[in-house]
Amino acid sequence: MKLHKNSKDLLSIYFTAGYPTLDSTLDIAEALEKSGVDFLEVGFPYSDPVADGPIIQESSQIALANGMTLSMLFEQLKALRSRVSIPVFLMGYFNPVLQFGVENFCRACKDVGVTGTIIPDLPMDEYETLYQEAFEKNGISNVFLVTPQTSEERIRKIDQLSSSFIYLLSSNATTGNQLDVQQEAEAYFQRIQSMNLTHPVIIGFGIHNKETFKKATTYAQGAIIGSAFVKQLTKNTDKKAITNFIQSIRQ
Amino acid sequence: MSKYQVNQKGYYGNFGGAYVPEMLYPNVKELQDQYLTILDSEAFRSEFAKLLTDYVGRPSPLYHANRLSEKYEANIFLKREDLNHTGAHKINNTIGQILLAEKLGKKRIIAETGAGQHGVATATVCALKGLECVIYMGEIDIKRQAPNVARMKMMGAKVIAATSGSKTLKDATNEALRDWINNPVDTHYIIGSVVGPHPYPDLVARFQSVISAETKKQLQEKTGKSTPDIAMACVGGGSNAAGMFYHFLDEEDVRLIAVEAAGKGVHSGETAATTQLGREGVLHGSRSLLMQTDDGQVIEPYSISAGLDYPGIGPQHAWLFQSKRGEYVSVTDDEAMKAGLLLTKLEGIIPAIESAHALAYLEKLQMDGHPTIVICLSGRGDKDLDNYMNYFRF
Repeated sequence: MKLHKNSKDLLSIYFTAGYPTLDSTLDIAEALEKSGVDFLEVGFPYSDPVADGPIIQESSQIALANGMTLSMLFEQLKALRSRVSIPVFLMGYFNPVLQFGVENFCRACKDVGVTGTIIPDLPMDEYETLYQEAFEKNGISNVFLVTPQTSEERIRKIDQLSSSFIYLLSSNATTGNQLDVQQEAEAYFQRIQSMNLTHPVIIGFGIHNKETFKKATTYAQGAIIGSAFVKQLTKNTDKKAITNFIQSIRQ
Repeated sequence: MSKYQVNQKGYYGNFGGAYVPEMLYPNVKELQDQYLTILDSEAFRSEFAKLLTDYVGRPSPLYHANRLSEKYEANIFLKREDLNHTGAHKINNTIGQILLAEKLGKKRIIAETGAGQHGVATATVCALKGLECVIYMGEIDIKRQAPNVARMKMMGAKVIAATSGSKTLKDATNEALRDWINNPVDTHYIIGSVVGPHPYPDLVARFQSVISAETKKQLQEKTGKSTPDIAMACVGGGSNAAGMFYHFLDEEDVRLIAVEAAGKGVHSGETAATTQLGREGVLHGSRSLLMQTDDGQVIEPYSISAGLDYPGIGPQHAWLFQSKRGEYVSVTDDEAMKAGLLLTKLEGIIPAIESAHALAYLEKLQMDGHPTIVICLSGRGDKDLDNYMNYFRF
């Protein structure tokens, strides 16, 4: 896998499963891989996504209205590895996972070939004491977030608990706020860079175009685009439009 | 430490914790690390006590409801939180939290509100302290509760409509949490109930515990015994119930009865009876009982009373329910409305529809041996006049 400490300019895309239509999940994933995206984050929707801004809130609501559930998603993902080969992370809130059963969830991820998970409201302490074993037993890499307010001690601990990458938030914000790289943000990115962490650092939240992608990847191994891509899907979901979007970032 | 109180890790049994995204971790950690020290400090305690006396008007009376007692063949006392400044128990918590925010050096206050009572109580203390105040309120609730919106605005608060989801209390809470994520350093979030990540459930319960602290003293004076046979309160998130139960938790011979809103009936699909229908889940930062689908999506609650219209319940209540220390029951809209009117006619007190839920359970309670019952009259019914008028066609 390309997710490595020496990787450069990795591009990851987030989109919500079941949006814009219930069956669009794998078509979008496939189109993204073909456009040259390095890894994917597939969101499973939740009714109360507190870390998300309006764009991903809306896509989640529509996905739920379309009938998307975790069971449905795993059903769709049975065909994942016949169509997509890049790493795929599932991203969503803890309650649907808790209802599905954490153990079952990890096993289902393994069965369909999911690489890892990002569950923002599952705290590190609870993960460590209650759930780490279930994730590790199934080889599922859980990813933790780091914000400008996260202490160095905690970042070190996150680095230790991680097994794929560290998700660095560009600022303390909900998703979809546009990144405004001020000196303050640059100093923060540099601080993380100089910590020389074991795992690759990928910057997300607010990355929305070529400039912000370039800026982020100056300091980190890659960057994640979420809301800007979901917004694009609202306008047009055909493969050509997806390719054009990715090219506009990469060119 | 009582087994019914929060433990070192922020849990009540299996319930509680701090399920917050990393963006909120430093804020929540700061509160966890500091709240007990601040609350125990002499400066905090004296200022809190002074404001409760001079500004809120405490102690609130413990009123022996003679005609109600006669009707139900019991010795019924009403803890008159409705007589507090701003008309409900909510102000006990906002006074405490604004002092805490001051000590933490916060400059900006945010809060969620359903019917507007907590929003008004928050706007009030922000005016008192000259702090910036932003209140999130569901778009639908803003339309339903125009007088409270006007009150908040008069006191200088900015009221922002929550337009996501069901556009009610749950969504207002989501918006407040999003605001906090985006403003982590200078802002304090005054949560209005015993919900949210640890330490909020404990923090709010401590501020509301003045209700049972006073009750004990007043009962002693009036009856020669500091404990009742039964303490009752309505419960949505559960802050007035938490306050009413607080000092009776370890008095195991006191029955604690919490009355939830069954809406149009527990199995009608339009209800807020969380302990009846809920399963363990995580919402708004804590693990508790939650009305949800099999897939873990939160179900929209319903109650005629906006203050009880919440799909979860505080983690301490979930624990009291599970450990059977508390009895969790429910009454319907109709039963609550009738009880509200009954109190008005028998005692000349118009209760908030929330509080009327607790009163309504008197109808169902087996009265063995003329029991002494304390009911928390959590708020006054002025805000509900439209509702009463429409329901009874006055």
